[in-house]
Amino acid sequence: MTRGVRLARLAPPLTLAILLGPLAFGLAGTALPALGYLPELGGVSFTTAHFSALAEVPGILRSAVLSILIGLVTTLVSLGAVAAFVASDLGTSGFARMRRMISPLLSVPHAAAAFGLAFLIAPSGMLMRLVSPWLTGYDRPPDLLIVNDPMALSMMAGLIVKEIPFLFLVTLAALPQTRHVETMRLGRSLGYGRIASFTFLLWPPLYRQVRLAVFAVVAYASSVVDVALILGPHLPPTLPVRLIEWMNDPDLETRFLASAGAVAQLGVTLLALIGWIGLERIGATLVSRARNCGHRMQRDRLVRAGARMVMIASAVIVFGGIAVLALWSISGLWQFPDALPANFSLRSWMQALPRMSGPLATTLAVAGLSTLIALVLTILCLEREYETGRGRGNGALLLIYLPLIVPQISFMFGLQVLSIWLGIDASFPALVLAHLVFVLPYVFLSLSDPWRAHDRRHDLIAAGLGMSRTRTLIAIRMPMLTRAILTAAAVGFSVSVGQYLPTVLIGAGRLTTVTTEAVALAAGGNRRVIGVYAFMQTLLPFLAFAIATGLPGLLFRNRRGLRV
Amino acid sequence: MRLGGMSDTQGLRLEGVHICLGERVLVALDAHVGRGETLTVMGPSGSGKSTLLAYLGGFLDPAFTASGRVIVDGVDLTALEAEKRHAGILFQDPLLFPHLSVADNIAIAIPEDVHGRKQRRALAEEALEDAGLAEFGDRDPDTLSGGQKARVALQRVLASRPRLLLLDEPFSKLDANLREQTRQLVFDRARRAGLPVVLVTHDEDDARAAGGQLHKVDPA
Repeated sequence: MTRGVRLARLAPPLTLAILLGPLAFGLAGTALPALGYLPELGGVSFTTAHFSALAEVPGILRSAVLSILIGLVTTLVSLGAVAAFVASDLGTSGFARMRRMISPLLSVPHAAAAFGLAFLIAPSGMLMRLVSPWLTGYDRPPDLLIVNDPMALSMMAGLIVKEIPFLFLVTLAALPQTRHVETMRLGRSLGYGRIASFTFLLWPPLYRQVRLAVFAVVAYASSVVDVALILGPHLPPTLPVRLIEWMNDPDLETRFLASAGAVAQLGVTLLALIGWIGLERIGATLVSRARNCGHRMQRDRLVRAGARMVMIASAVIVFGGIAVLALWSISGLWQFPDALPANFSLRSWMQALPRMSGPLATTLAVAGLSTLIALVLTILCLEREYETGRGRGNGALLLIYLPLIVPQISFMFGLQVLSIWLGIDASFPALVLAHLVFVLPYVFLSLSDPWRAHDRRHDLIAAGLGMSRTRTLIAIRMPMLTRAILTAAAVGFSVSVGQYLPTVLIGAGRLTTVTTEAVALAAGGNRRVIGVYAFMQTLLPFLAFAIATGLPGLLFRNRRGLRV
Repeated sequence: MRLGGMSDTQGLRLEGVHICLGERVLVALDAHVGRGETLTVMGPSGSGKSTLLAYLGGFLDPAFTASGRVIVDGVDLTALEAEKRHAGILFQDPLLFPHLSVADNIAIAIPEDVHGRKQRRALAEEALEDAGLAEFGDRDPDTLSGGQKARVALQRVLASRPRLLLLDEPFSKLDANLREQTRQLVFDRARRAGLPVVLVTHDEDDARAAGGQLHKVDPA
């Protein structure tokens, strides 16, 4: 055996440090002030007073319960739609079409999708314009609370349209590890309808593989800030939004309250996860009951049509929303209820661009650098895994998912406290590191499957030709996996571009990105400027994916074996 | 009732079955397979013989075009969806459902009109006993030997009370002595249940053991 790649030895511990270090320090940095310890602000003794204060805040319980419900409902609807659709159409030509239509949605930042939805469904939004005044009789926007509704329905819709593509792609990635073609055939030859065949036979092993990703969705939806700021309820807002308000409060004393709230958020997300596990149990019981009776459920047309509709609706909402954002960004005069602007103008762009250049440069630099670091670490980790055969287990996977399951706000706030204490707040390296915590897991998850699926015999041949492991990695394996590496890079890049909370907290308002600027505009409600920023926010990941898709075709235009 | 009249409608009839990929005709077949009889379709891999099984089961890939009629015991299956055909399949692998116990693997195949968990379970236990696996009901299917798995898969498909049995090279992955045993068992049970069988294989021994008609598919 040839000697391994030297640097690869360092990669796994370094990766773990990057994933878990900020998590551990961040949680400590949140928990200590929550318990009253923050010497800079005069907190030197431990107390539970801040938790008592938190409990006294009006409407706090409602905020917390709302966050839990949003986490559960969002996940249930999006997972249900994805599972029902996969059950309905797996193996059909419509399935491949849906895959092509849904996949690009993953790259759209949450905030942009949320703005797009708001622009569609608001009382003065596109949908109302399309049916006014001829159908509704409105010649001015009706006084309805659609966006920011107190039941958070619009917020859940905004989350669902974005979680559907995520869960769909995660499910697609897990499918090849099951015998799905034969299993579905077997089920149907036993007389079970498609939905029943899938639910009874394929879903149990499949769900086991996507479970951590589902947990990440529960945790994300129960603790999200940016989507809640754009679409969420105001009186009272969800818990994470109240936390960010307290964190930004000029009265520094409020930070103790914010810390206690961030710890409470940890509990809220934990409760949401426990609630989800309860739903899993209930679901499993119902499924095994129906299975034990042998219900064939051959008449499942309605469910199948419904699932297809939800999937298509999610794509139409996101794409339609982005189109409306783009339209607003170049609109001149645009009165209600006109469906199109009276005239077009580039003024919004001309005014916004000079102000946007700083945030844009920061966005590109942070995304580029964090993606590059994540890519190098991931490749070295996978190389080390190849050499030692260790690191594929469920334990390793859980560690990678951990930063995606622990609520961002609970440890990012502590990191902010820590970064101020160390004097590195609002510094570029700190921001890159904060993004890396979230970019790294996605890059790893994206690249690990194709990397592991790579035919090892190529490496053996290379070794036989006398190449070292390092040379094999650089000259054989990486070029052959160009497409997968570029896709992982595009995923990492778009994750970084979409980060709101880490940028706001670690950038401390001095380092801003396109995303933080866009979300900050939400309260103002200037649609033209929001259109410019949200469209730009969508454009960046889109370009990254376009390059990742197009470049390999160009590089290997004379290599048929490397085409897809 | 006259016996001759019965044999016309009993069993599987394939009338002018043509399966094409673009211009190329993969399978062209007319046949009558009586109850308990076997039609063996032989050909090298990639010749489209598995496509025939997919067609009979109702799983033909839309890339193929097919014409003709499939009739079992007088019922025309051609236009029916897979789940309404009652066409039992045995694949190369036993494909026991990994999340269900051995008994539940069989219970799930029992038709809907058998009500009650207890009764379904009892039927499954009976089927296991019939396969010499009486004590195996609660076992994890993954802990069974290859031969035991094959027997469970056979009992499962029989428990579903199919109209016909489709065999997709079901013995090819078993080792030699087990293959002989399993083969006998499958044909014996199919005959006992009076099922028309379509066997797809590239193994001459399979064809010989099956007896009955032989149809050869040309290499692609």
